[in-house]
Amino acid sequence: MAVCGALVRSGRLSRPICGRTLSLIGSRPASVKRMASALSYVPETAPSDFGETTKMNLFQSINSAMDVALATDPTAVIFGEDVAFGGVFRCTVGLADKYGKDRVFNTPLCEQGIAGFGIGMAVMGATAIAEIQFADYIYPAFDQIVNEAAKYRYRSGNLFDCGRLTMRAPCGAVGHGALYHSQSPEAFFAHVPGIKVVIPRGPIQAKGLLLACIKDDNPCIFLEPKILYRAAVEHVPVGDFTLPLTSAEVVVEGKDVTMVAWGTQVQVLREVCNMAQEKLGVSCELIDLRTIMPWDSETVIKSVNKTGRLLVAHEAPLTGGFAAEIASTVQGECFLHLEAPVERVCGYDTPFPHIFEPFYMPDKWRCFEAVKKLINY
Amino acid sequence: MDFHLPEESPGIPVYRVMDGEGRVLDPSQDPQLSKDTVLEMYRKMVMLSTMDGILYNAQRQGRISFYMTNYGEEGTHIGSAAALDPRDMAFGQYREAGVFLWRGFTLDDFMNQCFSNDLDYNKGRAFPVNFGSKDHNFATYSSPLATQMPHASGAAYALKRAGTGLCVVCYFGDGAASEGDAHAAFNFAATLDCPVIFFCRNNGYAISTPTSEQYRGDGIASRGSGYGMATIRVDGNDTFAVYNVTKAAREMCVTENRPVLIEAMTYRIGDHSTSDDSSAYRTRDEVDHYRGNSPITRLQHYLINQGWWDMEQEANYRDKAKQQVMEAFRAGEERKKPPLSDLMTDVYNTMEPHLAKQTDHMLNHIQRHKEQYTTTDIFKKEK
Repeated sequence: MAVCGALVRSGRLSRPICGRTLSLIGSRPASVKRMASALSYVPETAPSDFGETTKMNLFQSINSAMDVALATDPTAVIFGEDVAFGGVFRCTVGLADKYGKDRVFNTPLCEQGIAGFGIGMAVMGATAIAEIQFADYIYPAFDQIVNEAAKYRYRSGNLFDCGRLTMRAPCGAVGHGALYHSQSPEAFFAHVPGIKVVIPRGPIQAKGLLLACIKDDNPCIFLEPKILYRAAVEHVPVGDFTLPLTSAEVVVEGKDVTMVAWGTQVQVLREVCNMAQEKLGVSCELIDLRTIMPWDSETVIKSVNKTGRLLVAHEAPLTGGFAAEIASTVQGECFLHLEAPVERVCGYDTPFPHIFEPFYMPDKWRCFEAVKKLINY
Repeated sequence: MDFHLPEESPGIPVYRVMDGEGRVLDPSQDPQLSKDTVLEMYRKMVMLSTMDGILYNAQRQGRISFYMTNYGEEGTHIGSAAALDPRDMAFGQYREAGVFLWRGFTLDDFMNQCFSNDLDYNKGRAFPVNFGSKDHNFATYSSPLATQMPHASGAAYALKRAGTGLCVVCYFGDGAASEGDAHAAFNFAATLDCPVIFFCRNNGYAISTPTSEQYRGDGIASRGSGYGMATIRVDGNDTFAVYNVTKAAREMCVTENRPVLIEAMTYRIGDHSTSDDSSAYRTRDEVDHYRGNSPITRLQHYLINQGWWDMEQEANYRDKAKQQVMEAFRAGEERKKPPLSDLMTDVYNTMEPHLAKQTDHMLNHIQRHKEQYTTTDIFKKEK
């Protein structure tokens, strides 16, 4: 992926195919289809009290958040693989030049080192913003995250903590990522008491939630839906602002069906809301969970008590996915209000496939079917 | 075409100051420590050994759940700790109680942690020997091995940026050095110019696994230059040698902002822990041989040669140490345990709603079934 970054910067990825190559391989026959996902991102408006805004896509809004963090906190540093030149997804572009090589720097290629180093910095009270190049590669750091970061405060009786640590990683389907560039590992981390897991649905959310994570005095894992890096564009506040953690947001109000998702899937369910209204006359309430752990069960329970029907959707595989936790809590807290069993629309229990991606994903048609099932139960 | 064959290279030499009888071999290497300092070093080593004996037996009697002794490695603890600034942040593995003792961790502090009572800094959450102290700049231990090593690299980087002029010391064993985290720590410290001393206690064993099954190269020291780190191997049972190399390493760290690797060759005289019986994998003769070369014995010889100590003082001090340990032991054992709600706090920096609910649930359940949870009497009442 680092190769892609360099090619993008030099402009070589955007040049037309050269004539010699074209004569060698010919142009694509009409019969051959190349599948590409069609994601339409609906931009949101920032609250006016967050001040002046400017157009930013997701990676720019994340860049902006880290810019603010480094400007306001002299102890803050950013590190990880390839972050110095700007990062493979351009999230750290310009920051090394602006803040210096001792504050925005490359580490050796070693995720367990990145995590451990970050924990150590945070233990000494420095704000450590660590980047893992892809969430798919976070597992070597799993021991450090689970056994060290999550437990540091508890096991030391609050003598020590690594609350100043934030780890960021791109996650989720991107259309062609396959097994190792598409994963959504939030469920693994939700099962670990002591860390927070946060996923934004767009640029404004990303900047506010990332700043909240950086300022939060607990180790946080911030997962960034990579397909939205360029595709999601909004007018994002340029200043310093935070959005609350452990606070789910009702993105669309409704009365018949509650739908819960996070990240990219919130955009998919927006479309499903419209489909349900147009084709079924069904009013859906869409909730973006935002913080996976600790999660805002109150908002979800309140909504399900109102609607009596719940759909949870996520790209991560079905079994043991976070929808299971939500479904379990809801059946316990909303049992007598439920009109139908909870529907989960998730990735299948397989590794994330390449050519089969469109059929693996919890797309709008599968979600729409689930809404019909809820209504007709 | 020349292959480099490591088995044909000479091993990295071992630096020492004293011989087995406590005689300084080369006067230019004598650290010239004052009588008071050396006596203090010796007394601390004896105190550690005394505490080890009592707590080991306490475990055997079922009065504490677990213990790990430090027999044979007292020199690595005291020698290195004495050469550092007490503000140098320390990270360790589990067998560095002497460093805590040198820095002022009290017998009560040790006992409170081992008994998981209401004065335990860890609030009763960890089993014995998981010491940690903010005041004494030693990060609380955890069980996974070598995880502290990349922490040390990061901590050193933060200290460097803060311009403190301090360094970090990171203790680990010959077994832990095989973990991926050790490799990560070395590489990060070297590439990012971190002022950290990596102090390896090579005591010959990782539980039952001898070093011959832990690595094929020339110990841990031979790996240092592979990472671009300054490295030295030292006789870990020679307290003055450990002192000298640590002092020199510290100077290099703080003036040049570079990591240093020290491999201290020593021997684990005791079992790995109270869950281990090392007679299952090594001979009595082997242990007895190394017992004769212990750091306490060698420093004792030095003291006696200097005319600063005698066997009568030895007997008196050992008695006194035993009394002090027993006093702290009894006091620690009698204290109540922390309040039950400490099970639920400090997971996050504030009490999260889901945990507040779970706390209520837990306390209500225990209240309703009081007669089934009879041990609640030894826990402090909720505020």
